[in-house]
Amino acid sequence: MKTSTFAAFVAPSLVMMLIFIAAPLFYVFGQSFFLTTPVTEQLMVETCTPGFLVQNCVQETKSQPKLDADGHIVTQTQFVGLQSYAGILEPAKAWAAVSALDYGALMAIDFWRALRFTLMFTFITLPLVLLVGLGVALAVNNTAKSLRGPVIFVSLLPFIITPVIGALAIRWLFVSDGLLNHGLEWLLGHPVSMFSQGWTIEILMMFFRVWHVAPFAFIILYAGLQTLNQDAVEAAIVDGASRWQRLRYVIVPHLAPLIIFVALIHLMDAYRVFDEVVGFRAEAHVISLQYLTYDFLVPDNTGNRSISRAAASSMLTLIGILILLIPLLRRTWAQHRGAR
Amino acid sequence: MSGPRALRQSFGLRLGSGLFLGFWCLIAAFPIVWIMVMSVKAPIDAFADNPFDVLTGPATLAAGKGLSLLDLAVLALFAALTAWAATKPLPRFVATIGHPLAGWILGSLAFTLVWLTAAIWIATPLLNLDTAIGLKPLIGFTIEHYRTVWIDRAFWENFLNSVYVTVGVTTVSLTVGTFAGYALARAGSTLAFAILIAALVFRALPHSVLVTGYLPFFITSSEWLAPILGENAPTLYGQPLAVIAVLVAINQPFTIWMLRSFFQSIPSELDEAARVDGCTHFQAFRWVIMPVMWPGVITTGLFSFLLGYNDYLVTSLLLDASNQTMVPAIASFFNRETTTTDQVLAVAAAVSITAPLFLLVMIFQRQIVSGLTAGAVKG
Repeated sequence: MKTSTFAAFVAPSLVMMLIFIAAPLFYVFGQSFFLTTPVTEQLMVETCTPGFLVQNCVQETKSQPKLDADGHIVTQTQFVGLQSYAGILEPAKAWAAVSALDYGALMAIDFWRALRFTLMFTFITLPLVLLVGLGVALAVNNTAKSLRGPVIFVSLLPFIITPVIGALAIRWLFVSDGLLNHGLEWLLGHPVSMFSQGWTIEILMMFFRVWHVAPFAFIILYAGLQTLNQDAVEAAIVDGASRWQRLRYVIVPHLAPLIIFVALIHLMDAYRVFDEVVGFRAEAHVISLQYLTYDFLVPDNTGNRSISRAAASSMLTLIGILILLIPLLRRTWAQHRGAR
Repeated sequence: MSGPRALRQSFGLRLGSGLFLGFWCLIAAFPIVWIMVMSVKAPIDAFADNPFDVLTGPATLAAGKGLSLLDLAVLALFAALTAWAATKPLPRFVATIGHPLAGWILGSLAFTLVWLTAAIWIATPLLNLDTAIGLKPLIGFTIEHYRTVWIDRAFWENFLNSVYVTVGVTTVSLTVGTFAGYALARAGSTLAFAILIAALVFRALPHSVLVTGYLPFFITSSEWLAPILGENAPTLYGQPLAVIAVLVAINQPFTIWMLRSFFQSIPSELDEAARVDGCTHFQAFRWVIMPVMWPGVITTGLFSFLLGYNDYLVTSLLLDASNQTMVPAIASFFNRETTTTDQVLAVAAAVSITAPLFLLVMIFQRQIVSGLTAGAVKG
């Protein structure tokens, strides 16, 4: 295919991605070193209240935003270097907490709290998703053909449901008058409140994510099981391999590329965990890195959005996902070079 | 059981595997089914201490709203009929139309329409019949929460916004992505591969990073667009069209990877033969590839649909209250969850959002499964 034809075919998609993904990325990178603030001016204001014989007059200096001719607030943008990053990382405080081995003080800083949860969430759900997915795939492969259709239908439901709604559905089972909360209280014999401390919410969030993504792993691994070479399995049986050994040395190696694929997709998606925080309304106890940025972007009580802080926290989030992705990208690239 | 004896499994293993599967299905379906049950009960029943009260709904019954044995039987029959219709006659109907894309769009629209009319058409005489025979209602059932949500709280406006955004995202990202996916599948150059790798990195970006980039521009767009568009330059913030563009871009990496793997499964001899006969690349694409590409396009379209429909972060930050889509709009229901009535309204809104997805899985189960596996096996 000639380069000009290739360019014509790819152009619309590429332009979309350049305008709406690459350009904002560079802009955010630049913006994270600048701070835009409204220009304020100091004014001497005299306020008088009527009094007996003489007025009571008070003079005071007030700072108020400067307005231009049209009545818009004048803003100025200045280079602040790494100040926004420092405002989020709070290095001095964090370092003091680390050197004093004070875990609680470190977790009092939003960024470190969010980072801790995001990484823990990603690496705890990853093996669980793979295990549940593989388990269901093996079990479905084991049942009668007529049952497989309905089982796949039911399994697809958690995968396809809107994440916020799925999280809400599980939340309603565990709110104080929810069904499973009653069950827990009956089981433990004392009142349970799942949403008043961080760790119970975290367990529910991880449970939700496994519930939501395991069907995806299941479908892919199930498809992989269909292409399993039966001769290899029979050869293993002839060699006297037990059921467990067959799984360990024949089936799992056959599925390895698919397991890596699922792990990669899950890594990307779990690292940007966000919908759970909204659905479980966990923001008071647990936040994720993406929620941190989101929170800066939502207008505060005076209607301001802290764009430069959001830019800095975006960049810090980005560094994390790039570190997670680099080994994988290098592998894919090497494979491509090898294939040619 | 057939097959060699050594492959035969012990009873214990089969039982264990069956139990595990049953348990998984229970966990998978339970939260969704349960909110459906809760949404048709009076608030007291929906959050009752006893789970059987939630199922039977005594307070709802006491208010005179319920289903009799006859209603339940009709309901079960209706559900079975829906499942059957979605899997058997619908694909046949699609096949008779000939064109897969037009077939599926027409087919699923007709299916939804017929389903809704049938549901309404059955409901009214059934209620009259109950009173005529004098059957006592057995299980509490009320649709008043849905009425409040959809009519009083104007959820239908959010629904229309969702339809607008979702349809826009799906059509635009398929149109743009098909060309790119085709070219990437046929070109083996390093440039093509570099684009794919860049797309993979873009796929991993947290969406909040991108929204941080858009927001300042979208809010002030009437100023910086004014030199080009003049007086009536729009403010992009709060424009569904801008959100469609953003979601299409976010969706592009996934779309082109998936379509590329579909186009790779179409033998390249097909379009090479057309090229030998004197077609340009565009003509070869139009006359040779387009007729056979629809299954892949439909499957990819389903995932674009899901992305547009399920998104919370982008739509909640870039749209304002006047044209909110359904998913962020539900925040206004659960944020004022102070009484149980409010909670049940939020539950009803949540079920309303889930219902179209339920129909989607029913109709397109095979396409969704094939789409998931096609993406994985090849790329």
